Amino acid sequence: MSKRKAAYASKIKRATHMLFFKRHKKPGVKGWELRKALGSDYPKVLKILDDSLKTFDLQVKTVFEEEKPVEKPSLEQLDRARFLITLRGELTPKETKMIGWRIDDIAGLAITIAHIISNKGKAPRKEVEELLRNKLPGWKVGFNIDRYIRYGYLTQDDAGQLYLDWRTRAEVDEKKLINAILTK
Amino acid sequence: MQSKKTRRNIGREKLRQIIEACKSIEERALDPFLIDIGENIATAKQYLPDWEIPEDLCLDAETIHHLASVVKLQGDWVKHRSTSLYTDPFLLSEKIAKLDRVDLARIFLQVWHPTVELEQISLHSIAEAMRYWEDLLPLSERWKENAPAEAEIGVATREELVEQKILREQAFSEELEGFWHELQAKTEKNGMDGKIRYWDFIGAETYEETVNRAFMTSFLITYGYATLEIYPLEEQTFIKPNKEPQTKTSKKQLISIPIAVTIEDWTKWKRGELE
Repeated sequence: MSKRKAAYASKIKRATHMLFFKRHKKPGVKGWELRKALGSDYPKVLKILDDSLKTFDLQVKTVFEEEKPVEKPSLEQLDRARFLITLRGELTPKETKMIGWRIDDIAGLAITIAHIISNKGKAPRKEVEELLRNKLPGWKVGFNIDRYIRYGYLTQDDAGQLYLDWRTRAEVDEKKLINAILTK
Repeated sequence: MQSKKTRRNIGREKLRQIIEACKSIEERALDPFLIDIGENIATAKQYLPDWEIPEDLCLDAETIHHLASVVKLQGDWVKHRSTSLYTDPFLLSEKIAKLDRVDLARIFLQVWHPTVELEQISLHSIAEAMRYWEDLLPLSERWKENAPAEAEIGVATREELVEQKILREQAFSEELEGFWHELQAKTEKNGMDGKIRYWDFIGAETYEETVNRAFMTSFLITYGYATLEIYPLEEQTFIKPNKEPQTKTSKKQLISIPIAVTIEDWTKWKRGELE
């Protein structure tokens, strides 16, 4: 193995450890942390890692600080972005049970996210609760919204407005969700 | 023809109306196209030559500022509607209402790529755990510390048990009999027609003693040593000692009567104010 290849292999291992194991309260690693640990060519290391992860149906996901996805990110934008490992494909309903999500919880999350997107990224909590009450038992509604907030799918301001948070941007294909609901 | 002053007043009023309309659009997130920017700019322009004092010029500037904010909102509105993510909230709500939970969950599963994360112990927590372990005393020492104090074995006297309220000074039946005799004596001395006012019997020097007497009185009544007479209209309660305890069960339905013995009533009774 050439020196260059060996160096990359070592960097990929290090990146794998950093990305898979939770280091902070939120999962994932910031770009600047990766640059510090792997060097300035960390985007290339991540690209190789992403290709290797295809076999396992996983991917390296980049979540930019900006709400909208960035097509050609600058190094500064990459440094501020968060990198995570997410599932590349889809989960089956059976698999969701194994990771602790009931069908009710998933349907509730889908409704909440879709409603917030269609309301220009924010919606009053009371309005969302009312919407969820049509499909979920009343006692579960508040509990579920709190859970979505705790996990980082939503965030709530002092005025009781709900917004999408980092985890939705990392895990959910918002455009596809809206299209799928409208075309169903 | 309008005087200059009247024209200025009308102009000020119009500018204020424009500002208010813009503010309501900004604050209530209404459709920004409800305001005709061109017409409002023309109004502001029409009155601009009339303004002489700084306050009027400020009003004009404020109007333009608010109109500019509405123009920005119009821009945002157009941008949002032109994106592929724009959906009519009403249309989406209708769709959601028609779909059942399972369908919604299935849709979500097609677009959801959950994060893979593994919990691990950090260097910091390992260091903290090691410090804790080093400071932790061996079990033998900790248990020694927490061992209960040894108590001496001895014999308790009856007086000590009475003091600790484990035993009563008299057997309860003896105490009750004594209490009954006291009721008979008091009724004879202070009562009228073979009965005595409830508070005159239970009232004592201290509130605690009064409560204790009320407690004993309740047993006198329950066990047939005395009868309670209540006159609701006069709001008076009397207690009448029986000559012999009535042990036979009455054919009448037995009832419980709660009597409040409050500290306020006791204070009034002490002062002789309780009717």
